[in-house]
Amino acid sequence: MSVTTLSSRVLAQRQPSWLVRLFDYKPFLIVICLAPAIGLLAVFLTYPLGLGIWLAFTDTTIGQKGIFVGLDNFQYLLSDPLWWNAVFYSVVYTGIATFGKFALGFWLALLLNNHFPFKSLLRAIILLPWIVPTVLSALAFWWIYDPQFSIISYLLVDVLHWRTTNVDFLGSPWPARFSLIAANIWRGIPFVAISLLAGLQTISPSLYEAAMLDGASAWQRFRYITFPMMMPILAIVMTFSIIFTFTDFQLVYAITRGGPGNSTHLLATLAFQRGIAGGELGEGAAIAVSMIPFLVFATLFSYFGLARRKWQQGEAND
Amino acid sequence: MTDAVAQASAKAAPETMAWDSGLRRLMMIYLPLGCFVLILLFPFYWMAITSFKPNAELMNYREHNPFWISSPTLAHVKHLLFDTAYPRWLWTTMMVAIGATTLSLIASTLAAYAIERLRFRGSPYVGLGIYLAYLVPPSILFIPLATVVVQFGLFDSPLALILVYPTFLVPFCTWLLIGYFKSIPYELEECALVDGATRLQILRRITLPLAVPGLISAGIFSFTLSWNEFIYALAFIQSGANKTVPVAILTELVTGDVYQWGALMAGSLLGSLPVAIFYSLFVDYYVSSLTGAVKE
Repeated sequence: MSVTTLSSRVLAQRQPSWLVRLFDYKPFLIVICLAPAIGLLAVFLTYPLGLGIWLAFTDTTIGQKGIFVGLDNFQYLLSDPLWWNAVFYSVVYTGIATFGKFALGFWLALLLNNHFPFKSLLRAIILLPWIVPTVLSALAFWWIYDPQFSIISYLLVDVLHWRTTNVDFLGSPWPARFSLIAANIWRGIPFVAISLLAGLQTISPSLYEAAMLDGASAWQRFRYITFPMMMPILAIVMTFSIIFTFTDFQLVYAITRGGPGNSTHLLATLAFQRGIAGGELGEGAAIAVSMIPFLVFATLFSYFGLARRKWQQGEAND
Repeated sequence: MTDAVAQASAKAAPETMAWDSGLRRLMMIYLPLGCFVLILLFPFYWMAITSFKPNAELMNYREHNPFWISSPTLAHVKHLLFDTAYPRWLWTTMMVAIGATTLSLIASTLAAYAIERLRFRGSPYVGLGIYLAYLVPPSILFIPLATVVVQFGLFDSPLALILVYPTFLVPFCTWLLIGYFKSIPYELEECALVDGATRLQILRRITLPLAVPGLISAGIFSFTLSWNEFIYALAFIQSGANKTVPVAILTELVTGDVYQWGALMAGSLLGSLPVAIFYSLFVDYYVSSLTGAVKE
């Protein structure tokens, strides 16, 4: 503190401009520095978030100001089979896709943690699915899932002769649901793998050396060293992944738009269909708001569920 | 796991050497890695190959090997560039991404500097608040944001996207930059303060130059994230000419019952290229800041 006042006094003597002095006044500088970020977030995030919750309790439509209708929107949703289906599929989608991403991503991270030539090049290549805009890779999947000209069908029918007919990937509910989940897993693996690889590299090799001396098998080393040491990072990456998978929009909108027969609607795509395309802003907002409890639950579950274990293991390791 | 472990295993138990023998390594590491790479890259290969296939080959797997192009054609790319508004969409997307990135970088650099360097009571809470903003997903915000955008008279204007994208860019960049500012020794700034530099001079001459790697990472992340954004662009932009590439391809190119797969894939490929080129130029920053952000 004394350094600050000293320097500003020296400075005030040399450059008595009031502007300079104003910018050396710390509280002013703090406000100036935080203003753009806080301002943008307040106007385009906090305010809309509040507005969205308010809209959920109104019957607003596009072009018409709504009035407060209490819980009507939510009551309607509870009696709406499409909403229930969207909840069901959002949970299934998040559950299976997260499991798949983490199982495969963890495996890939363990593989990448070995030594082999062109390692950094391989790491760069592997991130591609995550870099390329989701909608654009989703279109590639749409084409791969084409009912007539699917390359997977071609492989299964004409090359391997495992099937006699083409697979109808997107034509009926369950195949369509799993096709979307597969595309989501494909897109999520790189991020999980690279993040977990970073975690793997922070584990001290001496732990493995000690375990080896004690005669631990490869599985035991994974189970009692790698896995517990990875818990903190797993908790963070999984929390992120769950939030963004549950609220996913692009993949479903690009590949099935909720079809066939509304079977693959996620809550986000249903909210878009009702709120923007259908013009029922209030109802769309209610669907969007209905995601919040699931998100809070999933966050608490993944973060604290995993972080708590981290504490237990951490204590034991020290 | 690592070299040290491999050496340790060799020392500790000679019979584990057999485990690391060539065949084992091939089966346990290279084969699964190869499968991962194949599956992760196949959609891009398929996208690329479809872009240059003539329609006759696209729809005929019996006479043509689907995995290769017998007579490559630029017809799809030509159609895209000259018969559609694709160049315009690319331009709009580029402008939006550059605008949003610039705005976010300015806002988040200042915020990160204030939080990490000007340390005041409550700065950890401001940091936490900005970080939590990242966890608010766009799918919850797009409906009220659409009404906000209409209120501001920005509906159907790319400017709306430039102003809205910072909501997910600023938290991310601030978080990343706080880490970078943290790594710059505090003593450097103190010395400058003692020498009579103003805080703005310090920021411009000392802190910012040292944080350049962080600024580059934040910039490329922002650029790719803006380029990829879909739901806001879909909800706020109405007219065909003002659309961004991801939205335009899906809403303007997908027409009728017979999809123009060649043109669609060419559009996807072209739309992915700027991000892929950008990425390949800065790939080391990308990977290291991604891993660094997780380690934080």
